[in-house]
Amino acid sequence: MFVLRHARLDDLLDALKRRGFTLVGPVVRDGAIVYDVIASSSDLPIGYTHQQDAGSYHLIEAHDGAFFGYTVGPHSWKQYLNPPRTRLWKAKGSANGFEIVQENANVPRYAFIGVRACELNAIAILDRVFLQGSAVDFEYRRRREHAFILAVDCTRPGGTCFCASMNAGPQARSGFDLALTEVFDNGEHYFTVVCGSERGDEVLGELCLEEASEPERQAAKHSIEEAGRHMGRKMETAGLAELLASRVEHPHWEVVAKRCLTCGNCTLVCPTCFCSNVEDVTDLAGAFAERWRTWDSCFTLDYSYIHGGNVRKTAVSRYRQWLTHKLSSWHSQFEMSGCVGCGRCITWCPVGIDLTEEVRVLRDGATAVTIGTEKGVPDAKH
Amino acid sequence: MIAVATDPMVPQPFRIHKTKPENADTFTFELAPVNGAKRSAFQPGQFNMLYVYGVGEVAISISGDPANPNTLVHTTRAVGTVTKRMKKLKGGAVLGVRGPFGTYWPLKEAEGNDILIVTGGIGLAPLRPALYYVLANRTQYGRVVLLYGARTPGDILYRRELESWRGKLDLEVHVTVDRATGTWRGNVGVVTSLINRAPFDPENTVALVCGPEVMMQFTMQELEKKGVPADHVFLSMERNMKCALGFCGHCQWGPKFVCRDGPVFRYDLVEDLLTRRGI
Repeated sequence: MFVLRHARLDDLLDALKRRGFTLVGPVVRDGAIVYDVIASSSDLPIGYTHQQDAGSYHLIEAHDGAFFGYTVGPHSWKQYLNPPRTRLWKAKGSANGFEIVQENANVPRYAFIGVRACELNAIAILDRVFLQGSAVDFEYRRRREHAFILAVDCTRPGGTCFCASMNAGPQARSGFDLALTEVFDNGEHYFTVVCGSERGDEVLGELCLEEASEPERQAAKHSIEEAGRHMGRKMETAGLAELLASRVEHPHWEVVAKRCLTCGNCTLVCPTCFCSNVEDVTDLAGAFAERWRTWDSCFTLDYSYIHGGNVRKTAVSRYRQWLTHKLSSWHSQFEMSGCVGCGRCITWCPVGIDLTEEVRVLRDGATAVTIGTEKGVPDAKH
Repeated sequence: MIAVATDPMVPQPFRIHKTKPENADTFTFELAPVNGAKRSAFQPGQFNMLYVYGVGEVAISISGDPANPNTLVHTTRAVGTVTKRMKKLKGGAVLGVRGPFGTYWPLKEAEGNDILIVTGGIGLAPLRPALYYVLANRTQYGRVVLLYGARTPGDILYRRELESWRGKLDLEVHVTVDRATGTWRGNVGVVTSLINRAPFDPENTVALVCGPEVMMQFTMQELEKKGVPADHVFLSMERNMKCALGFCGHCQWGPKFVCRDGPVFRYDLVEDLLTRRGI
């Protein structure tokens, strides 16, 4: 573990720029902390924090000089790794058909600045979905393989945070190139730095940092431990996947559905929601055609449309799909939870639906009807 | 450069060599790769994503003979934007093809059993390759029964083939329609009503079922009554699909991705999903 004085944060960012990375990090825009391209540490939301609760978000000037004194806003890194709109390919029409046009893929080499522990876990989940299944998503891989990840531990959890419940934070444990802990201690302002990859090691070598002293290590450790004790939300995860599978018929779904606007905000801000649609477009003459992939949401009616109608016609079925996918069937599909406890879906729900609360109520229910269990028999794949 | 040839999202061009209208809204295409490349083999029950230039892509099951993978055969019903446009394509036109995808009918594992095929409407299309395979390997199976239900006599798919199959002495074919029209003097009623008259040994039967979901639900009930073990019953599901790779999320059915965990499922593994709405 090394120590980086706060005034030298730009030395680190410059070292990344010299390696050809485009820096993307938190900035203040439209009254919220969002992610965008940054030039230096002065673009960061220095001295800002935010207050979050179910359905509410307030940006606050704390005037404390902290670079990372907040948690996460509505954006997540998925918009860089799996952008809201991507062209999958383009084709040229011919008399009787078409041919695919070969293109140079110009994907920026991103360095993500200030990636939180929950988001490292979210990226690991997206990796599992797009890179480690039976097929590989080329678009995702192109963006992911070069990305440099500078993580930052959370020392001030937000009102809707529950990463500690999901075992996804507040400390960055893996999946980063470098990880910082921002420390204010006895008038000192510095970062402790941990290295997580060879690339990180190389960047660090250039900065010639000193080893962190024992009191500095202790101060960093203490800040993270404190954060773990002050999560705004909690979720009991023991046996949750099985429990939700057994709550497919439960009166509480109707209660949530009465509030749910099926707007899809939760799926847009969720750092792991990966569903997509495709759009086929042509020019007027039909000389060119393109296929675009766009983010989609299981809250739309069209999402489940097949000839003959929509599979999930009601808000009950759509909210249930989202919640049970995230916390239950995700385990069957990817051997992990789809939730990292970032709390975005709680904050950005216009009616303040709080999944930690919904889970609490569903846990207390008595109606047990299990779906999707395989009764210990081998899968139908041959 | 993008490695176009290996990106599973990029369609490969196939030329239509033959078109055949099956009935008012259903048609069959025979396709071969434009670049002359050998077609990769498929298993009966699998599907392809078919792309109509500039219009869109749809999941369509393969309905040709697995012994002849170089000719790709698809039978499609024109019900949506893409399939309606597809229906207008003539021989020589080019379609995009991705696939084959998905699980398949367990024909190898079913050897030594009676084979009972229960289908409704266009559901016969994904089972035709299975029937071709079973007939080509006839000695490996016991009795083979095909039960087929269509809405009206005019909706009957592969009519000439059905008639020639019915002429075989080692294959039992029963057809029924929901509504008798014209000169029809055959069975009238739902396809499940044919199950009782079909000769098969329930305990040693593998049943392959494809049709509308409600038809499959009732078929499952009938098969259970007859004593066919649930783990000997297979069905093919349909869901909205955009990628066929497990990335778009649309085809989720409970914990299953129909595109890659299906479309062919063993009934006992999905029993509780099939009987529930809005999953």
